[in-house]
Amino acid sequence: MKERKGLIIGSVIMIAIFVLMFIKGEPSKSIMVWIAAILTLSIYSFLYKDNVFYKFAEHLFVGVSVGYSVSVVWQNAFIRRVFDPLFITRTYIVNDKFSLYLFLGIVIPTLLGLLMLSIFTKKQAWLIRIPIAFVVGSYAGMGIAPSFQANIFEQTRSTLYVTLSISASIMIVGVISTLVYFFFSKEHKGLLGKTANLGIWFIMIAFGASFGYTVMARISLLIGRMQFLLHDWLGVIK
Amino acid sequence: MNVLLAFLFLIQQSPDSLQSDTTKVIEVVRPAPPTDVIAMDTPNDEGESIALQWTISKDDGDGLNSVILYNVFRAPSKEGPFDYIGTVGAGRTGYDDQDVEKDKVTYYYKVKSQTKDKVESEASNVASAQSFPQWFHHGRWNYLIFGVLFTFFFAFYLSRAKVKGTKLFIRKIAGLDAVEEAVGRSTEMGKPVLFCPGIGYLYHIATIAALTILGKIAKKTAEYETRLIMPNYDPLVMTAAQEIVKQSYTEAGRPDNFNEKDIFYLTQDQFGFAAGVDGIMIREKPGAIFLQGVFYAESLILAETGHSVGAIQIAGTDRVTQLPFFISACDYTLIGEEMFAASSYLSRDPVMLGTIKGEDTSKVVIIAVIIIGTIMGILGGLNIGPFGTWFLNLVNWFTRG
Repeated sequence: MKERKGLIIGSVIMIAIFVLMFIKGEPSKSIMVWIAAILTLSIYSFLYKDNVFYKFAEHLFVGVSVGYSVSVVWQNAFIRRVFDPLFITRTYIVNDKFSLYLFLGIVIPTLLGLLMLSIFTKKQAWLIRIPIAFVVGSYAGMGIAPSFQANIFEQTRSTLYVTLSISASIMIVGVISTLVYFFFSKEHKGLLGKTANLGIWFIMIAFGASFGYTVMARISLLIGRMQFLLHDWLGVIK
Repeated sequence: MNVLLAFLFLIQQSPDSLQSDTTKVIEVVRPAPPTDVIAMDTPNDEGESIALQWTISKDDGDGLNSVILYNVFRAPSKEGPFDYIGTVGAGRTGYDDQDVEKDKVTYYYKVKSQTKDKVESEASNVASAQSFPQWFHHGRWNYLIFGVLFTFFFAFYLSRAKVKGTKLFIRKIAGLDAVEEAVGRSTEMGKPVLFCPGIGYLYHIATIAALTILGKIAKKTAEYETRLIMPNYDPLVMTAAQEIVKQSYTEAGRPDNFNEKDIFYLTQDQFGFAAGVDGIMIREKPGAIFLQGVFYAESLILAETGHSVGAIQIAGTDRVTQLPFFISACDYTLIGEEMFAASSYLSRDPVMLGTIKGEDTSKVVIIAVIIIGTIMGILGGLNIGPFGTWFLNLVNWFTRG
């Protein structure tokens, strides 16, 4: 019943738009605009239910994006960072001298990358753990200083450096009670429980504000898409 | 006839009315150059950068007040040739050359001031420097102190849990308690479980936490013999996930039930991924959906679709802007650190719980700093004793680095 309702409403909207287009519209003459508009409508048809148009657009979207990312990785990672430095520009030769340091700088990451392909073998598949461990370990290490800076030092400084005002007091209480909410090693009872409850209030108020702000941004995206359909494609609005 | 007319025209012209063939002389006044240019290796960096400093031109904000910018030139030798490398506005007294080609090689610099008429001054004195990488950032002692302190807390509680066998408490986290219920419900309904790690990479802490949670969920699905589907955004995350799930199935004693094709790569396009996961949700109709990891604008699209297929949804992320959407559309949501505590919570391993205790102690330190700082700030604001100076020193200490 709900689906039938959706189908009827959708059909009516579509018919109305097309009627409007024939009466006062100036449809685009660009084939690309037509393709983009049809794909947009195909994706929107998911609001009604899963259907052949959505499936087509979804698979096209996924396929094209995979193909595109493969070409980007091939060009930006393999050609620019491996093939060219090794065989064309030979960046490891400086002043006609072979630099082992620069050479290893290309070869070691390449070998680590090649180890990813060990997954295709049954006996040597464990080798894939080496590049994964390298990526996780190196990024975790490199992330320590920025985490300290952004999550501890900057937050603490911003909380401290406030003027004597009611809003500043509210912020300090908010920060402390929110931190208390994230205490895991003590049961939230008594004063700790009450402070944690206050903390969750602060968290939810912040989330509410963030929700409203993001919804506004999403609506602007929808307006942009509608403008594309009604202005660029159908020429119904000027 | 024409010649006669031309002659008559010429004799009627008075000297004043004839166009004079003179050139207007424009006096070009060069601005004064900047002085005392010094070059030095940029401190506390990874090399390949040289910092320049100078005293501004006498005509910058004073004198002729004609300088609008400074042009910086670099050469591999003192004699040149000097190549232009950058510009800074009037009033600026420094420039960081971030494009130094090689460390430990001397580069020479000179600076010229320029007016709005593009008249350059004479060159300043030539300054030279070499760039070097530094192992230590000497402005970040505060990070080291806090790092050592927090590490000590972790080590202390880990050793207490490991050596003394102290039982550590962890409070209830509803979202994690619901994991077993969600997998069980899926099993009863004969539907698969869907785990979506979002669009993060292996270096995101939330993605690593998500993979830890995945290991626990995979163990449950292995025990209950329920299919686990996991579309992936990043190939590295997919590979790590395959290893983790395989390990969980082996631990659960059901390695044969592991199907690596259920943990597959989808696409690295944000909305292509969202469209693909939506399609999988609609077609596979999972009984439980776990949205754990890094999410951006696709969060609500996924959570809404999951809700529409009637799945029990447990979400978790550290992205503050996406949490409200998960809270509104999912059954349970792990907020930031709740997600990071998941591995300890689900395993109840005493050693892992020790890390939670260490983390909480670190939070106590931060709360103490905020309270002490606030008191000092209030007393300083009221001009009581030296608290104002102490407060500023404390704030400056947190600003360093």
